Amino acid sequence: MFINFFLQLRDAKLPCSLREYLTLTEALKAGVADYSVEQFYYLARATLVKDEKNIDKFDRVFGQCFNGIEFISEASEAEIPEEWLRKLAELALSEEEKKAIEAMGGFEKLMEELQKRLEEQKKRHQGGSKWIGTAGTSPFGAYGYNPEGVRIGQEGSRNRRAVKVWDKREYQNLDDSIELGTRNIKVALKRLRRFAREGAAEELDLDDTIRSTARNAGLLDIKMRPERHNAVKVLILFDVGGSMDDHIRACEELFSAARGEFKHLEYYYFHNCLYEKLWKDNRRRHSEFKPTFEVMHTYPADYKLVFVGDATMSPYEIAYPGGSVEHWNEEAGQVWMRRMLDVYSKAVWLNPVQEKYWDYTPSVQMMRELMENRMFPLTIAGLEGAMKELTR
Amino acid sequence: MKFKGTDRYVATEDLMVAVNAAITLERPLLIKGEPGTGKTVLAHEIAKAIGAPLMEWHIKSTTKAQQGLYEYDAVSRLRDSQLGDEKVHDIRNYIKKGKLWESFTAPERPVLLIDEIDKADIEFPNDLLLELDRMQFFVYETGETVVAERRPIVVITSNNEKELPDAFLRRCFFHYIRFPDTETMKEIVEVHFPNVQKDLLREALSVFFEVRETPGLKKKPSTSELLDWLKLLMAEELPVEVLRSRDPAKLIPPLHGALLKNEQDVHLFERLAFLARRERN
Repeated sequence: MFINFFLQLRDAKLPCSLREYLTLTEALKAGVADYSVEQFYYLARATLVKDEKNIDKFDRVFGQCFNGIEFISEASEAEIPEEWLRKLAELALSEEEKKAIEAMGGFEKLMEELQKRLEEQKKRHQGGSKWIGTAGTSPFGAYGYNPEGVRIGQEGSRNRRAVKVWDKREYQNLDDSIELGTRNIKVALKRLRRFAREGAAEELDLDDTIRSTARNAGLLDIKMRPERHNAVKVLILFDVGGSMDDHIRACEELFSAARGEFKHLEYYYFHNCLYEKLWKDNRRRHSEFKPTFEVMHTYPADYKLVFVGDATMSPYEIAYPGGSVEHWNEEAGQVWMRRMLDVYSKAVWLNPVQEKYWDYTPSVQMMRELMENRMFPLTIAGLEGAMKELTR
Repeated sequence: MKFKGTDRYVATEDLMVAVNAAITLERPLLIKGEPGTGKTVLAHEIAKAIGAPLMEWHIKSTTKAQQGLYEYDAVSRLRDSQLGDEKVHDIRNYIKKGKLWESFTAPERPVLLIDEIDKADIEFPNDLLLELDRMQFFVYETGETVVAERRPIVVITSNNEKELPDAFLRRCFFHYIRFPDTETMKEIVEVHFPNVQKDLLREALSVFFEVRETPGLKKKPSTSELLDWLKLLMAEELPVEVLRSRDPAKLIPPLHGALLKNEQDVHLFERLAFLARRERN
């Protein structure tokens, strides 16, 4: 019945399967929804959409697919006074356009044209929640345009809302296809955790031994299990301030996800490049810091080292003593980087800057070389790559 | 047997359709939404509305799918065997029924609430696929197959802490409880506090929605927080004027402890109030 609709949903990259389509048909047959479009919309949404971030996509496809159907099914109920529509058209179309439409074939055509305008408007202003065109640039003149206005005509009919539910697109801001999200980060970080539980079976598993012995009707059955490795240990160094301010949200998300995921997580801050000092509290960075040497000696070499930073700075800050923008550094940043990497063999650099821009900044190139190419973008794919690198 | 909300619960039309679809087709209903929008309460209300018993299975991070079916208590059997208890000869004495089993064999068709499924391990939903689909499972210890006499109405809630597997989602109806708009919110409040003063409610709601609109809030207050707050306001018998006076210096709503649950959010409000005061001077 609604195969076209179903196929269009799939074209719009909405993950719905045949099984769900069959469920929908079954539900319709069972009479879950009565014969109104709204009920059908709700039912179809509950059946075919399984994630709130997809509801907006669904609404759009639904709007396209079933455009006009409502008018047919409820034509007897919704008598739209003609002059209202004319008034609307006056608002929406210019004089010349109106004349052109009259030449085309009168009012019917006018409505069609209006509809077309509507579509156009939607596309042009995609993303805005109200589709109000700005004065001057909008094809509709100085008044701007709002779909709720189109429905003026329907206010006179009984129990009809001014705007169709799916046209409101209320779920718009839940679409998270671009955003990183703590949840996704956590899933990516899981890779590290799994690794921590492997090993040879050399520890007595008391619970399992008791259970197996009992199952054996009292004959002792000893069970061994791998020694529980300490959960993976991670040392994260965050670049703060300056150009990193743009990426603060992504870093916050990474940090909160990592905090939940690893039992042994240590973090420090640095600015632009690694030098002889690290600190934990940005407000008291000048009074309370920890010498980098001390950090290296405190955390054993089995810590996995993660740098988070955009590596965007002047090349001098990496290559020369005294290059730092904040203080006089006795030794060059790259010396400190090498020292750190000598201690921690498992290390990666996560860069919140998109990968395609890396080549334009010489300091990113230098840092990448220092890291022996272990620099990854701070995206889900990049994180997975980084975690794979750390577990190698 | 159609669900239409109850005198204590305001259900929107889309929610009713989803619930009725789940009841009619006997498939699980997955409910998501902001914390405090009434996901768990929904199961209670469905049970009340259709007069079915409610069974609750609260999921924790350590919960295993098997625990919902049954557990074999090997240790007490071992102990009984040492003591020479007669019970030991029948393994069935040591099988403890889980919530799922109980709901399968309940004398009446029950509502089964699986609460906060996302708290469990990532594999948890997958382990329940067949059981929820066919409503049957096999008990290895006794060799019997438990089949549901009546398929229970299963309501599953999730707080979105973990992504659920596709295969699992395909077998459910889904509903996302959107944050209620002002009109619905008014209905909800009136259902809970039928004798609330009209002007107090109006002012409180506008303050509440203003708070929600504040950019940069870590945790937006939700329905349940609004209800708590209103209860407090009514208990304290604060005059409506306190809410109405939109004095920018007093940007923090009275008794904000019920609305803002995070000290950073309170700080944010204090900062805003400070800025407002400075602008005025």
